[in-house]
Amino acid sequence: MIDVKNLEKNFGGANVLDGITTTIEKGEKVVVIGPSGSGKSTFLRCLNRLEEATGGEIWFEGANICDPKCDIDRLRQKMGMVFQQFNLFPHLTVRQNITLAPVKLGLMDAAQANQKAEELLARIGLSEKADTYPSRLSGGQQQRIAIVRALAMNPDVMLFDEPTSALDPEMVGEVLELMKQLASEGMTMVVVTHEMGFAKEVATRVVFIDGGKIVEENDPQTFFSHPENPRLQDFLSKVL
Amino acid sequence: MASLGEQLYTCLIAKERWLLILEGLGNTLLIALGAIILGTLIGGILALMRLSNNWLLRGISYLYITIIRGVPMVLQLMIFYFVILAPIKGMPKMVIAIISFGVNSGAYVCEIFRAGIQSIPVGQTEAGRSLGLSKWQTLGYIVLPQAFKAVIPTYANEFIVLIKETAVAGYIAMRDLTKAADLIRNATFNAWIPLLASAVIYLCLTLGLAKLFGTLERRMARSDRR
Repeated sequence: MIDVKNLEKNFGGANVLDGITTTIEKGEKVVVIGPSGSGKSTFLRCLNRLEEATGGEIWFEGANICDPKCDIDRLRQKMGMVFQQFNLFPHLTVRQNITLAPVKLGLMDAAQANQKAEELLARIGLSEKADTYPSRLSGGQQQRIAIVRALAMNPDVMLFDEPTSALDPEMVGEVLELMKQLASEGMTMVVVTHEMGFAKEVATRVVFIDGGKIVEENDPQTFFSHPENPRLQDFLSKVL
Repeated sequence: MASLGEQLYTCLIAKERWLLILEGLGNTLLIALGAIILGTLIGGILALMRLSNNWLLRGISYLYITIIRGVPMVLQLMIFYFVILAPIKGMPKMVIAIISFGVNSGAYVCEIFRAGIQSIPVGQTEAGRSLGLSKWQTLGYIVLPQAFKAVIPTYANEFIVLIKETAVAGYIAMRDLTKAADLIRNATFNAWIPLLASAVIYLCLTLGLAKLFGTLERRMARSDRR
């Protein structure tokens, strides 16, 4: 589904991504971990070109995302993204946050989008919050709404950029729970996170990035019980 | 020395002098209103140019702002009147004044808008773009509505400053509020009453505007309340 070939990203002389090659198959849940500054978030952000790669290719649904001539807006409609800081639109109500893109992009009319928003809000138990503004909601509620806002576009893959890192500890669970539900429904997911428990439980593959390279990747069972690379061993000894 | 009542009568009522003040007030308002509209248009376009990826557009915008902000308003007004617009015969002074003040205000409005747009966290743009919205859709539906709210106080301030700046319109022989007061001073040899009267009128205008924008600001802040 996503084919990454020798991806490079150079920030003012430093190689943040130093030749990443991997393939994400439909239905896979890939969890990306690594020390801070390893390039894991940059890797994720290159996948929908929020960061411009400086080398390599990313193939998604028959188009090379790194090609400046590709229709990136259309490709992004199929790649949902969830941010660490939620990034809900503060001037719009929860309902408007969810319906804005589908309606303005002509994918749904207002009534369809509204119905979709209500279904999604009912699913996360926040129906009564439809007409409130994001600033009145807790971080966990905001992040769950950010997730369903992305889902309203019916994406083929969901990208998560440290979705629980900005949350108070007691709200992490509700967000992870929603992500687990999505995973069990077969959504293709790429998740950058520090939640090792989530990686063990949900991932079909765990990828360790360090120094802009994929140092090791494996199924979670082997990954966590028999890490081979010394840097991964060191990293796991610190976080587990 | 005449009593205060007599002075007031001589300066503001006699010989239909109140009509002169009213005419001056009308002209002041018309210049300021026309100029803020023109200035907002120019400022909006300049701000988008300033933030564009095209170096030429950025350069033009930067040059415009540098020149306008570096030259005194009175001088700009005179340059428009005696030089730039002089070849166009029969152009009403009002139009010339509106163009001069509007062109000037545009530079300041541009900086206000630019600061407002840049005050919106980049995450907002990223969220919009990641949903598949185009650059312009993201700007129009997500960034500008928030920026608009953020700039109301400084924009209101610019309008208030502009009203006061129009007081130099007398330099091109426009009869604005200040000029009207000055004419009365000349005719009556009384400086106190006409000058103070016009000062009070300016004060009422600016206070009223401040209040109006304050109300607007509170209305727009609905979504910020916790």
